[in-house]
Formats: sequence, C-alpha cells, structure tokens
Amino acid sequence: MSARSHNVLSRRRSVNFQTATTRLVAVGSKRVTNENKRNLWISHVHRIRDDADKAAFADLYAHFAPRVKGFLINSGADGYLAEECAQEVMATLWHKAHLFDPSRASVATWIFTIARNRKIDILRKQRRPEPEDLTWGPEEEPDQTDVLALQQETETLSKALTALPAAQRELIEQAYFGDMSHSEIAKKTGLPLGTIKSRLRLGLERLRQTMK
Amino acid sequence: MNKMMSIDIKHHLTDEILMGYSAGTLPEAFNLMVATHVSLCDTCRAQLAACDAVGGILLDEHDVPNTQMQPDSFAATIAMIEQGVPITKAPAVKKPSVLPSPLRDYIGSDLNEIKWRPIGMGVKQAILPTSKQASARLLMIPAGAAMPDHGHNGLEMTMVLQGAFQDDDGYFARGDVDIADSDLEHTPMADIHEDCICLAVSDAPLRFKGILPRIMQSFIRI
Repeated sequence: MSARSHNVLSRRRSVNFQTATTRLVAVGSKRVTNENKRNLWISHVHRIRDDADKAAFADLYAHFAPRVKGFLINSGADGYLAEECAQEVMATLWHKAHLFDPSRASVATWIFTIARNRKIDILRKQRRPEPEDLTWGPEEEPDQTDVLALQQETETLSKALTALPAAQRELIEQAYFGDMSHSEIAKKTGLPLGTIKSRLRLGLERLRQTMK
Repeated sequence: MNKMMSIDIKHHLTDEILMGYSAGTLPEAFNLMVATHVSLCDTCRAQLAACDAVGGILLDEHDVPNTQMQPDSFAATIAMIEQGVPITKAPAVKKPSVLPSPLRDYIGSDLNEIKWRPIGMGVKQAILPTSKQASARLLMIPAGAAMPDHGHNGLEMTMVLQGAFQDDDGYFARGDVDIADSDLEHTPMADIHEDCICLAVSDAPLRFKGILPRIMQSFIRI
C-alpha cells in the first residue's frame, strides 16, 4: 500500500457505516437511475483503489453485503457462514479493487462472480476450474468507449430481464439463486425437465432478441 | 503467440450449461468442460460473460428476502481488511499446448506425461480427479478407429482437443463439443489423419451395447 493511500486510510477511519448509509439514502431519494447508480459503483471502486476510501466502501457494503449474504443462504449456507463469507467477499472487493475492469464487467457482475467463486470454494468444496485468460487485469486503463458499451449492454440486459414474463424470470432467478439443477427445479415445480429446459431457453432467447 | 486463439468452432456449449457454470451449480467435471471449452471459444466466452451479467443484475436489482448483516459486520470487515492483503496465486505461465491450462491444472503436467490406460479396441483413457457427481476423463482414439458403440444414461459432453471425429451429429474438430443425452446412441469414429484426443465428461456411467464392453465397464471406470 502506498504512503498516500495509507494516509487517506487513517484520515477516513472516522467515517462510519451509518453516515455512509444515510448518504446513500439521500442520493436514492433523488431517484437515481440504474445507469447513474452503476456509474456511482464504478467510481466507488476507483476511490477504494486510489484513496482507500472507506465511505465509498461503506456505500457498496450497505448495498451488496446483505445481497451476497442472501445469495449464500439461498445456496445452502447457514446464517453464520453466509455472514462470514459475505464479509470475505466484500474484503476481497477492497483488496482486488485495482484489478476491477469496468470494460469487462459491471461492479455488480464482478461482485457476483467473487461471491459465486466463494460459494463453490466454501459450500461445494470443489476445485474451481477457470478458463484461460480471465484474470481481471492487470491491464492499462480501459478504453472509455468499451466501458460505456458495457454499461449500455448491462442496461439493455437489465430491461430485458425485467420485461420477461414472471414464470420465466422466476426460473432464471431459481437457476442462479436457488442452487438447484434443472432437474431439481423440475422436481420442485412438478414440471417435466423438457419444459424447464425449453422455458430457460425461451427466456434466454427473448433476452438475446431484446438485445439485438 | 497463442495457438489457442481463433479456431473455427462449430459445436458449442448450451446456454443451460453456461448458465450453470455462471451460477456455480454444476458438478466439478462439467465446470472443467466449460473452462476448457471457453479457453478456446470466444463465442462461448462472450455468452458466459452475458450469463455472469445476468447474475450481477439479479444480485444488484432483485429483492433479497430478510437478509441483514450483523450489527458489527462492517467493523469486522474493516478489521479483516486491515489485517492485510491475502496472498494470491501468481498467474500461471502460459505456454502453447494442445491442452488448455484448466486441463493442464488437472493433469499436473502436459500431454506427453499422461498415464493412459487401454480400454480396448486401441482406445485409451485417463480419468481426471473430480467430485463424484460427474466424471471427467481424457480419451485417445487412434486415427481412423471407432469408439465402442454406446448410449448414455445421463448427459455426456465430449470435446475434441486434437484430431477430429465423426458421428451421427456431425464432424467434430478441435474445440467442438458433442453433447449427447439419454436417448442418443452413437459411434464416434476418429478422423484418419491424426489420433483423436478428447475430454469427455458425464453425469452417469456410459452403457455399452456389446457384451464384452459391458463386462469391461464393470471394472474399468468408463
């Protein structure tokens, strides 16, 4: 850690979680759009990287930590383990802030992949094979055009997800947040596997069409 | 130079499999297949990124029922952070190989050091250590030879790493994935030009039609 960021870290030690939360709510009351919110998250990660900014971290924490915890509980962790893992995921965000590349993923996607990896390590206790060349940098500063393009794609995908019929959206949510295989989803809902698969496919197909 | 790049892949992973990898719900052997294929396939890499983005959007925007962090949670996390940066693995040195690096990690070496075991008709295999819900193995089919005629109980994915094979579903070359589920019976035949090396993963044992392969199957894990 550089001397500069260390100083900032000490200076900001007094900023507490509550202040940051209040500030976030104040911003929220101005009806931040999803796009503005995503920009805000990116600048937060950069402030953590450049200034060890705890207020920025607290904002991200207030929003994402409970969601990561919920994701892990839905995946089968008990409350205690989920709490601990969610804290670790957020600490990883801090430590790896310099590796975050907004031209490759949104902040939410980045956090999701960290949480997903943690889930496989801790809950499923499996080795976790990863594709080649998927390290998050270190690269040069990403091209701003790419960052914008990714943000637009994320917005389109988000709208497409919201526009899905409820049944299809629920299936996609279950596939991600229920830790159920396709056959398990079928058992739970009493639907045959073929229907589940075609519904999932339909859901993705609609997503793709909306994105065209 | 990386010879992994820009190969013409025609047979891809399904959206369900990519989504399962993204959600972290697949058996380890299937994850190995996805990681290996995506290492070679930019199309599926992009599709996987889209699946991760769906996960990110769900995490960001959808309501999580009744999960709150403990009151001392933030302070505990800051304390964890101030303990220092965890040691992270140095990225592996990439050298060109028939085997993409996720596979090399499982073998612990490269192609020439694999301990092959014969399973009949000139075909050899090497089982890779994964969790038990599904199995992963490398197969070597001599140029021009056939795999034993077999059907499937579960889902089997076979990806070509070297050479090529032909079956009822088409022609499969490096990077192509042949996906077979329970009702398909097929006889892959290796291309004449080169021995064919494949990664095969399955969530159920294969069943062979001939009596001899069936007996073999009971003591060779295939």
